[in-house]
Amino acid sequence: MATITEKIGKLFPQATVATVDGVPQVSIDDKDWHALAEALRHDADLDMDFLVTIVGMDWTETLGCIYYLESTKNHLLCSVKVTTTDRENPMLHSVADIWHVAEIYEREVYDFFGIIFIGNPDMRRLFLSIDWKGYPLRKDYDEDPALNPISIESERQSDTTDTYVELPDGKIEKKTVEIFGKDDFVVNIGPQHPATHGVLRFRTAVDGETIKKIDVYMGYIHRGVEKLCEKLNYPQTLHYFDRLDYFSGHNYHHCVCNLIERAAGIEISRRAKVIRVMMDELGRIASHCLFMGTFCMDLGATTMLFYTLRVREQILDIMDKTCGARMSFNYECIGGLMADIAPDFREDVKALLAILPANLKEYDKIFTGNVIAKNRMEGVGYISKEDAVAYGVTGPSGRASGWACDVRKTHPYSIYPELDFEQVTATEGDSMARFKVRMREIEESAKILAQLVDNIPEGEYCVKVPKVLKLPVGSWFEMVEGCRGTFAVYLESDGSTKPYRLKIVPPCLPLAAAVDYMTSGQKIADLITIGGSLDYIVPDMDR
Amino acid sequence: MQDLSFITDWIHNTLLSFLPGWATVTVECLFIGVGLLLVYALLALFYIYYERKVCAAFQCRLGPNRVGPWGLLQSFADMFKMLIKELIDLKHIDRFLFALAPYLVIIASMMAFAVLPWGNGLQIVDFNIGIFFLIAVSSIGVLGILLAGWSSNNKFTLIGSLRSGAQMVSYEISIGLTVVTMVCLSGTMSVGGIVAEQSDLWFIFKGHVPALIAFVIYMIAGTAETNRGPFDLPEAESELTAGYHTEYSGMHFGFFYLAEYLNLFIVSGVASLLFLGGWMPLHIPGWEAFNNIMNYIPSVVWFIGKAIFLSFIIIWFKWTFPRLRIDQLLALEWKYLMPISLVNLVLMVLIITFGWHF
Repeated sequence: MATITEKIGKLFPQATVATVDGVPQVSIDDKDWHALAEALRHDADLDMDFLVTIVGMDWTETLGCIYYLESTKNHLLCSVKVTTTDRENPMLHSVADIWHVAEIYEREVYDFFGIIFIGNPDMRRLFLSIDWKGYPLRKDYDEDPALNPISIESERQSDTTDTYVELPDGKIEKKTVEIFGKDDFVVNIGPQHPATHGVLRFRTAVDGETIKKIDVYMGYIHRGVEKLCEKLNYPQTLHYFDRLDYFSGHNYHHCVCNLIERAAGIEISRRAKVIRVMMDELGRIASHCLFMGTFCMDLGATTMLFYTLRVREQILDIMDKTCGARMSFNYECIGGLMADIAPDFREDVKALLAILPANLKEYDKIFTGNVIAKNRMEGVGYISKEDAVAYGVTGPSGRASGWACDVRKTHPYSIYPELDFEQVTATEGDSMARFKVRMREIEESAKILAQLVDNIPEGEYCVKVPKVLKLPVGSWFEMVEGCRGTFAVYLESDGSTKPYRLKIVPPCLPLAAAVDYMTSGQKIADLITIGGSLDYIVPDMDR
Repeated sequence: MQDLSFITDWIHNTLLSFLPGWATVTVECLFIGVGLLLVYALLALFYIYYERKVCAAFQCRLGPNRVGPWGLLQSFADMFKMLIKELIDLKHIDRFLFALAPYLVIIASMMAFAVLPWGNGLQIVDFNIGIFFLIAVSSIGVLGILLAGWSSNNKFTLIGSLRSGAQMVSYEISIGLTVVTMVCLSGTMSVGGIVAEQSDLWFIFKGHVPALIAFVIYMIAGTAETNRGPFDLPEAESELTAGYHTEYSGMHFGFFYLAEYLNLFIVSGVASLLFLGGWMPLHIPGWEAFNNIMNYIPSVVWFIGKAIFLSFIIIWFKWTFPRLRIDQLLALEWKYLMPISLVNLVLMVLIITFGWHF
């Protein structure tokens, strides 16, 4: 950590470095930001090649962004704070040329804060409709429904996008760029489409069966969770985290609870920690089972869905008994858990562990070994390790490209450091590898469960937490491994009972943004394979 | 073997006794038309039920089990639902072609029914180019699918129908070649003749290795020809919503749906004609007692039984395999199936020339 501080101090003496929540935070002017980004990315020691997220911020006098960066070599985190005082026409320099994933993150910041990124090739609204008035996450946003009435007209399409270019003399010029060519045959795959796994829309330009370009159009289930959270007190905000990636409900809750507990200085019991981890892993198995079923169904092998759902049902029954719900569990709470585990929880988990190996073997036999499945998946949707990092493709999809990005190993939390499990990686980087990595992750999760099922310590499941929870002034950043990749939450508190800013970092947004790159030049059928193998969840990216 | 032609002869003679010749033929055609429609509808309903039950068994489910005993009435209920559904009127379509397409598809499959060997003496027309006629009329179906895709004025249907066109035209080559292979063995193109040739032994046993190869190729190409999984790209629901019939509703959609099941029956029927002796019971040379017992099973049961058995195999394909991609599908035909069938044809001719078959 010292090296980061020293190095930046040497290279950019005008920058100030502070430590926020254990992470060095560099504050720098916008005019030096691009140069600093280049240095952070390309310096041999720092090598910050993974842009975790861009947090848009409104500090009332200033607008700005906090960039969270990570080096995939030593897993050191670093953040950069860039601000602007111009509220009328805020502009920052884009870093989309350094980290690909910045392109979509900057669009998100533009959508919510109206900050224009100079040099970003695509400055359109991301989630909100193109004629939305105002930028909702600004503190002075006018919420009058009359301003943005519900339209009964068809939504207007954006066939062009804006890009802002800096001329040599320092002037900023706005350019309008056509998204598709004049003669492109554009097919709408979605928003209502069986293979998009939710309400996502791919505007696909095809040449016969070959894909030329894909424009991902999202926001159909945007609910403004980040905005809603700013009006709720901390325990209330938790409820939204089951509704992002609804298959990683436990993991996401775990993240927010860890974060708030750390900020408030609450130490939870070991029993609660163990149960939380067990729930995470059960959820991971259920999620990966569903992935296998729906992915095979996308490829036309409908029968497989029923085989994997059989296992998933068994897990949902375990959840049902303990949490009282099959989805949207709302089980983890600040201080521990909402309720203790069901009396036969241990027996149920053991029964599940007993049937798992035979089932995995069966899946392998029926699908993975099939020659058609192999032809459909092998070599399809290849993404190299470097590209996976640049596009922010985390989770099993990133690990299939050889990027060891499991947060349980890179930034261990809860009791994971004590557990014996492997980080599953592959090197092929194709759809088959993504499929196989998930299959092997089920085995690893089962291994974790087997270690814990007989070792759930006695104790209270929830510690005492003040009725009115106030967090001290400050900001925190917490990452966990969701079922689909790195999930993180950034929280800034002004000392009140409500978050000043709560930024959710969903793993599925970069996954969807990488689809265009991965499908270019492939067949329409491959779009389905690639989309399925990335396994994104639309409510997670839309929030 | 009971010859059922006495029934048809009796009807013919009775009608002739009080009607002039031309009127007799007209009345008989009407009877056959009505009979065919009835068989068509009943077979379709049976197949829908059959596929649901078979598929359910593969997927650890029960399948239809609420409407009627063992869910038997489920497909009837579905048929009535389909009949009373609205035909949605669409804008921006080519109305005439849009309405014509489902009829073309259904007519193609109905005409193929005319030459199937239903039973001993129960064939509607038996002429000397029967199998050739069957291949010809079943190719009309692709025209209906292409029209459906084109006239709907929709991008999904267009891609679906073009896929379908490429697929069916390609796979017809393999079908044609395997049929020619078997015609070589039988020495006749007449459907009745082909069945009669198999009275001692079915072709699949008689024809040695080339007949077995032809059978496998025919089953693969036939599955592709019916647009069923793993070759269901034209309607690949996860890619093109419903492919060429995305825009169809009500009974127009129903026609495509029926035609798909009936084509399944036709492909299985032709396979049983070419390889498993049509309505011919299982005869083994030398086993007279066994052959006589087999003769007691009515010929209609033999034919439909074989067809249903072969359909089971095709349904099994569908519920096991994932779907191919268009380039893989065409590569399979042009790089593997067609060359193999060509070589197989030569092999068959050699075997016949040297008299190596049984």
